[in-house]
Amino acid sequence: MALWYSLVELLPFSWAHGLDFMKNALLAVLVISPLFGLLSTMVVESRMSFFSDALGHSAFTGIAIGALCRLSDPMWAAAVFALVLAGLFTWVKGRTHLQSDTVIGVFSSAAVALGIFLATLGGGSFTKFNAYLIGDILSVEPAMIGLLALLLLAVVVLWLCAFDRILLSSVHPALAASRGVRVSVQEWLFTSAVALTVTLSMTWVGLLVINSLLVLPAAGARNVARNVRQYHLFSVLIALVSGVAGLLLSYALGASTGACVTLVLALLFALSFPARRT
Amino acid sequence: MSVNWHEGDGCQGACCLRVSDLGVTVEGRTILQGVDLHIHCGQIVALIGPNGAGKSTLFKAILGQQPHTGSIQFERSGGKRARPRVGYVPQSPAFQRGEPVSVLDLFAAAISPWPVFLPVPRSLRDRVSQCLARVHGETLIDQRLGSLSGGELQRVLLALALEPLPHILILDEPFSGVDVEGELRLLRLLDELRRVFDLSVLLSTHDFSNLCDYADKVVLMKETVLKVGPAREVMDSPEFAQVFHLRLDREGA
Repeated sequence: MALWYSLVELLPFSWAHGLDFMKNALLAVLVISPLFGLLSTMVVESRMSFFSDALGHSAFTGIAIGALCRLSDPMWAAAVFALVLAGLFTWVKGRTHLQSDTVIGVFSSAAVALGIFLATLGGGSFTKFNAYLIGDILSVEPAMIGLLALLLLAVVVLWLCAFDRILLSSVHPALAASRGVRVSVQEWLFTSAVALTVTLSMTWVGLLVINSLLVLPAAGARNVARNVRQYHLFSVLIALVSGVAGLLLSYALGASTGACVTLVLALLFALSFPARRT
Repeated sequence: MSVNWHEGDGCQGACCLRVSDLGVTVEGRTILQGVDLHIHCGQIVALIGPNGAGKSTLFKAILGQQPHTGSIQFERSGGKRARPRVGYVPQSPAFQRGEPVSVLDLFAAAISPWPVFLPVPRSLRDRVSQCLARVHGETLIDQRLGSLSGGELQRVLLALALEPLPHILILDEPFSGVDVEGELRLLRLLDELRRVFDLSVLLSTHDFSNLCDYADKVVLMKETVLKVGPAREVMDSPEFAQVFHLRLDREGA
């Protein structure tokens, strides 16, 4: 971290000489952006934008369960709960003719209801969960940045080892199956990666930014990309530019970081829109 | 599931696929029963029948994806038993026009372990180009899937099914969404491929207009095989009239 702090001090910003929380936040953004930029490509390709939203909301349920079990950090209970939910979702989706958005709706509402039920059981209040909706990137600590960097590494390894099969399963499941790809395994791998990422980063990034970072980079990239390589390049670039610009804007204007990042993402989507290929 | 790739009888030493007494039941419902089928290499066999007749289920069984009773045997010329490689051309999906996946991406993802989000090496690109040359589609390599016409997409999926070169080529409704010119081009291509590579071609279709011209054998199905023979013979049969009677009545009206 000392190396990072001294590197940041070379930047021409007033906060670069002192405010450690900004330096931490910048490093976190540089880790989170490529992570979400990568995942975003397949979230949009697999039409799963609604799924990340459902996962985020159901993570409350995991946190409520963790709190009930008196865990010191309920986030891990939320991670396990999200993984179970991702597995159940993949299993049910493979055994029904319902569209995936319908199956997501079923899981999302049931999990959220269970979360609210557990949190308010015996007259408890739900307001303590509001922080997860907005998130606070400025409070991110070096240990958490390390965890997020590990997550990025894990997703890069998953992409190197399994991306082709995940892509084939999404583009044409029957074709993938005929070539020996176990489609449900690939779906489970991918949904689990999204589930873990959403849950572990929710406290700092906030649900609003998570959903925008999982959908908007790839949505913008699709407007201009001609192949999978360009799709990834543009998606990661859009996520990075939005993350850094959003953080700097929020400091300069004194507004919520999450909202600023999301607004820059929306702006980049709007700019790429006229260039879309028809 | 019992897929037994052992020596069959009655192939007279020629390479052939033999389906015997095949049955499929899903959740208590009989989809296929008593299906017997015999296909020689180099033949084009057309499967016809109404929707829900079990054509796609039979394909899945041959692909090893569908649990079934009965047996599916394959033997190479000389009676040598073998596990056949099956090339599968699925029904064409309607890709979104904005789909950022190119023909090269689809091939590279399917035929090599190279992660396609990284720059594709020259050697892999050349290999994909050679695959596309089999269907005269080298120029399609950088096209996005969403920008291909129905006929072009069928040729691309066909080229993919030919890598690695299969013993049996299965095409599920290859002419749906393809215009007349595209259909004729695809038929000429299939004819060329079965002669060059000595493939068995098994396809399902609802389009009977060219059946007599290209199909060596037509199989009429509805849960089981109702009639097998040359196209004209099957289409003139009482079984054909019975299965498609509503349609014939309408056409006759």
